[in-house]
Amino acid sequence: MAATGAQKSGWGIANLAVIAWALFPVWWLVSLSFKVPANIATDGGSFWPTQWTLENYRGIFKLGEFVHALVNSIGIAVISTVIAVALATMAAYAIARLRFPGKGLLIGMALLIAMFPQISLVSPLFSIERGLHLFNTWPGLIIPYMTFSLPLGIYVLSAFFREIPWDLEKAAKMDGATPAQAFRQVIAPLAMPGIFTTAILIFIFCWNDFLFSISLTSTTASRTVPAELGFFTGLSSFQTPTGAIAAAAVVITVPIIIFVLFFQRRIVAGLTSGAVKG
Amino acid sequence: MSDVRQTVAEPQTGGAAPAAAVQATDGAREERRLGWMLCAPAVIVMLLVTAYPIIYAIYLSLKRYDLRFPQDSKFIGLQNYATVLKSSYWWHALLVTMLIMVISVAIEFVLGMGLALVMHRTLFGRGSVRTAILVPYGIVTIAAGFGWQYAWTPGQGYLQHLTGGTPLVHTFQAIALIILAEIWKTTPFMALLLMAGLALVPDDLLNAARVDGASAWQRFTTIMLPLMKPAILVALLFRSLDAFRIFDNIYALTNGSHNTGSVSILGYDNLFTALNLGIGSAISVLIFICVAIIAFIFIRLFGTATPGSDLGGRA
Repeated sequence: MAATGAQKSGWGIANLAVIAWALFPVWWLVSLSFKVPANIATDGGSFWPTQWTLENYRGIFKLGEFVHALVNSIGIAVISTVIAVALATMAAYAIARLRFPGKGLLIGMALLIAMFPQISLVSPLFSIERGLHLFNTWPGLIIPYMTFSLPLGIYVLSAFFREIPWDLEKAAKMDGATPAQAFRQVIAPLAMPGIFTTAILIFIFCWNDFLFSISLTSTTASRTVPAELGFFTGLSSFQTPTGAIAAAAVVITVPIIIFVLFFQRRIVAGLTSGAVKG
Repeated sequence: MSDVRQTVAEPQTGGAAPAAAVQATDGAREERRLGWMLCAPAVIVMLLVTAYPIIYAIYLSLKRYDLRFPQDSKFIGLQNYATVLKSSYWWHALLVTMLIMVISVAIEFVLGMGLALVMHRTLFGRGSVRTAILVPYGIVTIAAGFGWQYAWTPGQGYLQHLTGGTPLVHTFQAIALIILAEIWKTTPFMALLLMAGLALVPDDLLNAARVDGASAWQRFTTIMLPLMKPAILVALLFRSLDAFRIFDNIYALTNGSHNTGSVSILGYDNLFTALNLGIGSAISVLIFICVAIIAFIFIRLFGTATPGSDLGGRA
């Protein structure tokens, strides 16, 4: 099926339009972050700073709040991801491989939580965490993050696990391995790519959260960058916080762009496998 | 062949057969135990962090509980619900939320389908398109939201001339811009799910239809859409429920001012601005009920095509 030249250029134009639509708003935010703060309000929204400056970046890194928030963001997202991936791997292995009653119930529960409106949990969690002295601490955010990323992890991983050549497991069992040994020594290494993909998706999910972070924190002790952005507006010492917020937005977008550039194939596979194959 | 050998061999090993059977049930029991053990941590966490708080939210919603006057809290039955349901704020927020959900999911579906077709059909540049659309998916929502807010701000924004003036202070314009921000952010997700569905449509079938004289539109509606139905339903269900809980984009663009708040914004404001835990919890429970109703409608309409049942059936 050879495409004609006209068809080819038609698809080419469509491709370019899509790329422009996806990247223009991001590029503008980047250019905004490099503009001189005093000029931002009057420069008419150009896509190229008339005068490049690192002033906005220097400004936010001089702010203790932002650096704290960045450390919180990284620490909380990494810990949540590690725990969620560990729990999801165990559950997904059981779902993909083992026969046991209650499996349907577990899948239903995961689905329910995937669709759960987070705001419904904010008021009770706020109250419970204050009682348990978890409010405004790292665990106070890690606990809801890992919970809400579990369904995603279980779905993606059980889809991956179904693709693994399980004959190897049988062979291991024939050689005398128990199911637990077969899991640890044969299947776990094979499952690493899927686990890694799941970890990226979960990290993006935790990194992105805003609602829990503004609700369950009150100081820089545990507030993450997305929430800190929401507070920049009021307490910043700049003329306008626009440049500072743009710079902070770029800083927290960079890790995601890096993930996307390096692992796009896996991210796409992970996002779609859970949904389409089941 | 093996059957024959087994029957031949049976008389010799007959004495060992009951022992083998016992071993098999032991194996099944072992498997069941391992299954439960592996799932237990995930189940316990999910129950502790969602089921328990939602029950606690129901309990809180039945109390008068103002954080400014904690000593004054007392059990008042369904009075909080009556207050919320009689308030025009709740109904307005619900209307705004439904509006945003329906319009953004409808537009995302059309755009996402187009995008999926573009990515599916083109060989040249598919990788760069896919990389590009993952950027809106991955970017932190609140950061993108601020980007949109500045883009519409007179003086500094690149989009200011499209509207002329301050669109974010007019209810309908502001809601339209919130929907736009939402579409930009989530169409890639929709497109990727639909593209995975497209991959399930066999090319042979499309070519056969083309030979039989079916137009491109006929091929799309009579072959692609029916075959993609499961993927479409999953995408619509996930996106609808996700759009219903919209919070970040509204917070960044208008913070719910000028009557643009969603139910999530309303719940948040009652909790953290009005500091009313009782009313805030009642709103939380009502939002939960709304989501349950929407999910129920989807599952009733589409039955076995829902992801959970599909997984259950295959597992």
